[in-house]
Amino acid sequence: MAVDATTVDLTRAMVTVPARLADVLIVAPVALPLIGGALALFLRNLPRLQPVIAILVLVVLVACEAALLARVLAEGPLTMMMGRWLPPFGIAFTVDALGAVLALTAGVAGLAVAIYSATDLTVGDRRFGFYPLLLLLVAGVSGAFCTGDIFNLYVWFEVLLISSFGLIVLGGDPRQLDGAVKYGILNLIATTLFLVTTGLLYGLVGTLNMADITERVAALPDGGPITTIAVIYLLAFAMKAAAFPLGFWLPASYHTPKIVVGAIFAGLLTKVGVYALIRVFAMLMPSERLLLADVIGWVAALTLLVPALAALAESEIRRTLGWVVIAGIGNMLAGLALGSEAGYAGAIAYAVHSMLAMTAIYLTLGLVERIAGTSSLHEAGGIWRASPLVAALFLVMVLSASGLPPFSGFWPKAMLVRAAITADAGWIAAAILVSGFLVTLALGRVFLFAIWRDAPAGRPAAGSAGRIGPAVGVGLAAIIAVLGVLPQPLVAVATDGAKGLIDPAAYVSSVFPGARP
Amino acid sequence: MEDVFAVLIGLFFTAAIYLMLSRQIIRILLGIAILGNAVNLLIFTAGRLVREVPPVVPEEAMVPLVVTANPLPQALILTAIVISFSFFTFLLVLAYRAYQELGTDEVDEMRLAEPAREPPPPGGY
Amino acid sequence: MNTVIFRTVAPFLTALMLVFSVFVLLRGHNEPGGGFIGGLIAASALAIYGIACGVAPVRRAMVLHPMAISALGLLLSGLSGLPALAAGLPFMTALWTYPTVLGTELPLSTVLVFDIGVYLVVLGAITSILLGLEERDVDQGEDR
Repeated sequence: MAVDATTVDLTRAMVTVPARLADVLIVAPVALPLIGGALALFLRNLPRLQPVIAILVLVVLVACEAALLARVLAEGPLTMMMGRWLPPFGIAFTVDALGAVLALTAGVAGLAVAIYSATDLTVGDRRFGFYPLLLLLVAGVSGAFCTGDIFNLYVWFEVLLISSFGLIVLGGDPRQLDGAVKYGILNLIATTLFLVTTGLLYGLVGTLNMADITERVAALPDGGPITTIAVIYLLAFAMKAAAFPLGFWLPASYHTPKIVVGAIFAGLLTKVGVYALIRVFAMLMPSERLLLADVIGWVAALTLLVPALAALAESEIRRTLGWVVIAGIGNMLAGLALGSEAGYAGAIAYAVHSMLAMTAIYLTLGLVERIAGTSSLHEAGGIWRASPLVAALFLVMVLSASGLPPFSGFWPKAMLVRAAITADAGWIAAAILVSGFLVTLALGRVFLFAIWRDAPAGRPAAGSAGRIGPAVGVGLAAIIAVLGVLPQPLVAVATDGAKGLIDPAAYVSSVFPGARP
Repeated sequence: MEDVFAVLIGLFFTAAIYLMLSRQIIRILLGIAILGNAVNLLIFTAGRLVREVPPVVPEEAMVPLVVTANPLPQALILTAIVISFSFFTFLLVLAYRAYQELGTDEVDEMRLAEPAREPPPPGGY
Repeated sequence: MNTVIFRTVAPFLTALMLVFSVFVLLRGHNEPGGGFIGGLIAASALAIYGIACGVAPVRRAMVLHPMAISALGLLLSGLSGLPALAAGLPFMTALWTYPTVLGTELPLSTVLVFDIGVYLVVLGAITSILLGLEERDVDQGEDR
C-alpha cells in the first residue's frame, strides 16, 4: 500500500477552497451559546449579570439562526468541515431547512425561558449555574440539529443530557432527586443504545458522515445487519423522544424541577429525539423505514392515545402536561410512519409548533402557580378573577396545545390528517383526531378547574404574576397566533425540509461539492 | 479474532442487562458502567482488529506505508469513555444524594415524585 | 488518612503530580498524553492533597472555584476555533506558528490552546466532584 508522496491528491482529504466569512453562521448556533455559557459559568459569582449575558447571547443567537434559515432557504443546505478535513475523516456541520428551522425555534424557546426566569429564580439558583446550563443545553440542542455527522450527533445528545442533569437537580428538593434518578438513568441507557448502534453502523458502512451514510446504505443490499441497526436506532431514539411504551421516564420526572426547567425540557428535549428519528429514518435509511412503517405507525397511534388517556386521569396539572407532551410526540411519529412528503412536512411543522407551544404552556402554568400557589387540580382556582391576562394566556395555550384553530397546532395536525387519508391510513388519521379530542378534554378540564372556577374557600391568591412573566407569555402567544393565522411560511419551510429528506441529493452535494472521492 | 470479541461483548452485555434489571440503584449503576465498557469494546471490534501498528505517518511520506490499526474507533472510544466516565460520576453522586434524602436505594420505594395512591381528579365543581 | 507520613509527603506528591500533568499535557500532540489525561492527573493530585490535609486547604490553594476553572477551559477551547475563521479557514482548523525563544524553536498552535482548555475543563469538573464527595461526610455541601 506504499504510495509515493507526490501522487497524493490533497483535494480528496482537505477542503481547499477558502471559507467565506458568512459561513460563520453555520457554527454560530453552537459556538455562541457554548462560549456564552462558559462566560456565564466563569462569572457565576455575579448573579445579577447572569441573565444579562444569557439574554444577550440568545438574542444574537436567534438573529444568527434566522439569517442562517434565510440563507439555507435561498441556497440549499450549507456545510462547513471542522478543521477542514473532508469526510470520512473530518466532522461536518451541515445545515438544511429541517435543521435550521428547528434550531431557530429552539433558540426562540430558549430566549423565552431566559427572559422569564430573570424574575423566577433565587440568587442561589443563579449561583448554582442555571444560565450557563441553559446556554449549554441550547448549544447541545442546536448542535444536534446542525451536525452532519452521526457520532457528533451522539456527542451533542450527551452535551444536552449533562446540562439537563444539572438543571433537573437545580434546587435539590428530594422530589427532584427522585425524578432525576429516573430521568438520568433511563436517558443514559437510551444514549448508550444510540452509541452501540452507531458503532455497529460504522462497522457496516465504514463512515459516520450522514451524507456518506445515505449513499452507502442505499447501495447496501437489504438484510439482517442494516435492519438490526435500524431497529436499535428506533428503540434508542423512541426512548429519547418518550414514545410509548418507552416514555414513562418523562411523566415521572418533568413535574419535579423548577417550572422554567420543565418548560425548556418539554420544549426541546423530546424534539431532539424526534429529529434524530426523522433524520435517520427519512434520510439515512428510507428502505428500513418502509420495512418498519407499520411498527412506527402502531407506536405513533399508541403514543397518541395512551398518554392522552393518562392525562385525563391526572389531578396534578404539571403531570397532565407531561402526558400532553408525549401525546404531541405521537403526532410527529405519525408523520414519520406515513413516509410521504406531506407526512414529513406535517411532522416538521408539528415539531416547530410543539417546541413553542409546550414551552409556552409550561411557562404559563408557572404564572398560574405563582398566583394560586399550587398545581393541584383540587386546590387551584380563581385565576380568572385574580388575573384575567394570565387566564386568557392559559386559554390560548390550551387551544394551541389541543390543536384547535386559530392557533399554531391546527395546521400541522391538518397536514398530518390529510397526509394520512391520502396514504390510505385512515386509522392514523383517526388516532390523531381522537388524541386531539382527549387532550382537549384534559386541558379543558384544567382550564375549567384551575382557571375558571372560583378559588376554594379559604385559599386566597398566593401571589401575583409579576410583569416579565406575562410579557413573555404574551410574546409566545403572539408567535403561536401568527403561526396559526398565517401558516404559509411555516408550511413552505416544512415542505422544503421534507423534500430535502426524501431527495437528499442537495444535502449530499453540499458535503461533497466536487466529484465523489 | 472478531468472533472471540463478539462472544466477549455478548457476555458484557448480558452482565450489564442483568444488573440493570435489578431494583437497587447501585447495581443499576454498575450495570451501566459495564454497558459502557461493552459498547467501547463493540466499537473497537466494529473498526476491525489488526496487529498493533500505530497509525502514524512517517515524516517523509504523505500516507502510512503499511496497513495500520484503524485510529477512528479509538478516537470514538476515547470520546465515549470521557462521556460515560463523567456521566457515571454524576449519577453516583446523584444516587448517593438520593439515598441520603429518600432513605432507600430500592427503585420501587422511590415514590416521592409519584405518590402511589393519589386521589382521582375532581369530578365536578 | 491522618498519618504523619502521609500528611508530610502529600504536598510534595501533589506538586510533583501537577508538574507531571503539565508535562503530559504538553507532550500530548505527537506522543501519548494530552489535555484529558493531564487534567485527570492534576485532579487526582488535588484529591490526594484533599485526602491528606482536608478540603478547605485545597479550595484555598486553587484560588478560583473549580467550576470557574472549568468555565475558563471551555471558554479557551471554544475560542481556539475562531482564529481559523478569521483566516478564511473552516472552524477549528489548526493554525501553527514557530517563534524562536532563547534559541529554541517553539511549535505553538491553536490545537495547544484547545488542549489547555480541555485540561482545565477536566481539572475543574473532576476536582469539583471529588471535593464534593470528600467533604460530604463532614458537611452537606451544596456543590456538585
